[in-house]
Amino acid sequence: MFTQWLKRDNNQRFAISLGSVATMFGAWVFVTETGLANPLFLPGPKAIYLAFIDCLFEGYQGSTLVEHVGTSLYRILAAFLLACLVGIPLGIAMGMSKTAHAIFNPFIEFYRPLPPLGLYTLLVMWLGIGESSKLALLFLAGLPGIIIATVQAVKDINPTFVLATKSLGASRMELIREVYLPGAGPTILTGMRISLGFVYTVLVAAEIVAATAGIGWMIWDAAKFLLSDIVIMGLIILGLTGIALDMIMRFIGYALMPWTRATRKFSKT
Amino acid sequence: MQNVAQVMDFNSIEEQPALKKRGRIQIDNVSLVFGTGKQANIAVQETSLDIEPGEFVCILGPSGCGKSTLLNSVAGYVTPTTGEVLVDGEPVVEPGPDRGMVFQQYSLLPWKTTFDNIALGPSLCGDVEATRTAEYFLDMVGLTKYRNHYPAELSGGMQQRVGIARALATNPSVLLMDEPFGALDAQTRLVMQESLLEVWSEFGTTVLFVTHDVDESVFLADRIIVMSASPGKVVAEFDNPLPRPRSPDMSTRKDYIEIKQKCLEVIRSESLRAFELQNA
Repeated sequence: MFTQWLKRDNNQRFAISLGSVATMFGAWVFVTETGLANPLFLPGPKAIYLAFIDCLFEGYQGSTLVEHVGTSLYRILAAFLLACLVGIPLGIAMGMSKTAHAIFNPFIEFYRPLPPLGLYTLLVMWLGIGESSKLALLFLAGLPGIIIATVQAVKDINPTFVLATKSLGASRMELIREVYLPGAGPTILTGMRISLGFVYTVLVAAEIVAATAGIGWMIWDAAKFLLSDIVIMGLIILGLTGIALDMIMRFIGYALMPWTRATRKFSKT
Repeated sequence: MQNVAQVMDFNSIEEQPALKKRGRIQIDNVSLVFGTGKQANIAVQETSLDIEPGEFVCILGPSGCGKSTLLNSVAGYVTPTTGEVLVDGEPVVEPGPDRGMVFQQYSLLPWKTTFDNIALGPSLCGDVEATRTAEYFLDMVGLTKYRNHYPAELSGGMQQRVGIARALATNPSVLLMDEPFGALDAQTRLVMQESLLEVWSEFGTTVLFVTHDVDESVFLADRIIVMSASPGKVVAEFDNPLPRPRSPDMSTRKDYIEIKQKCLEVIRSESLRAFELQNA
């Protein structure tokens, strides 16, 4: 099934993407090898690779690269899963009930645009400098996207599906299980993918204070010493893990929602 | 939909005469008003109808005459502003599996296969043999081959057959149909009408069928209720003399043409009246 999923995309588009990435990489090699770029600010791929090998085996500031990545991924995933566990049911409730929407929406809309660092200072005062304030910040970053997507998805469900299922004898909970959750599924998945991106964007902020490990902290710490190779290496790893997690989520969606791949076999009438 | 009789082996409708008597619909002085004050729109005005168990009644009228709204009040989707609806003596307060509903289109759950759409009603109703019931109705509408297809993979006619099977699978006392064949092409519509009559003759469920198609109502109904718009109310009622079983070649019979003409006359004069009202 996984290979099937990988193959569903057209090969031509994959080739184009590969080409554009290769071009970018070539340009990077070109400007660094010819000395057009100052290696202090933009080291070449080789320097990045060496930094990667060094961090992998020697570690950075007392922790190996695997520990840095593992610590950050744990924080990201724990906070993100919590955001899903809270956001999806809350979003469904807010989408189904105008009262629930009126109760919760002001708070979500208020804190959503707040800068993560500003929010983090308060979270540190409340929860201390340990792990909980970091998780809380990542959680809060991921929550609104999931809620907003879920609310919209529930509101967009064809009302006929709800009426038809009520006529079959469904209770409120059964309606959620049979109609709202699956009907909102594809849009919830999109919301989750966007939210994971938001969680990533606040990772560095969350690891600035009192961290001794984590990719975000490593990037922040290396920047203080102008170690641009470590910074870029850290960013590349973050980006690649982000792509991997996004692929996993899309695959889970593909596996859990088989009807989204149903194709029309007849004309409309 | 052939072989309905052969697959009726497990059904026990004949053994339970009480079931045959189910399905009386009483619409008692029902008005449905949307909005208040100057914006108030009278969708249905003080309408009363009595429908016998097992009767096939068509409500015929132009769009906007409130025929769907009236049907929705029987389904329990809207609450009448005045009056009440009784099904088998019980006031309708909310939707329920005793009243099967077939919509115009796009009402099958896209995330469920043909089989799961049909099985949903029985399993929600606590039918311990939900799988078997679904199997039976799947076979009845001739879609066994398409059991694992999603609605998006079915033609419009197949989707409506699933819709009918789904509505019947909860063993309702009345079947409510809201222009179920309106979105189908003419040929498919004819086939579906015949299939529906076959199913109905087998189950004897009361059918309340909303349409704006005069031919459809003449072909299907025992009784035709004609409604007019602004405000929505019943303007005429005809008993259909056409014998059963019905077949499409009846459309050239004298009695077919007569009742069709009667319906058309009422509709035409009502349309002219509405037209004059608009231009007054």
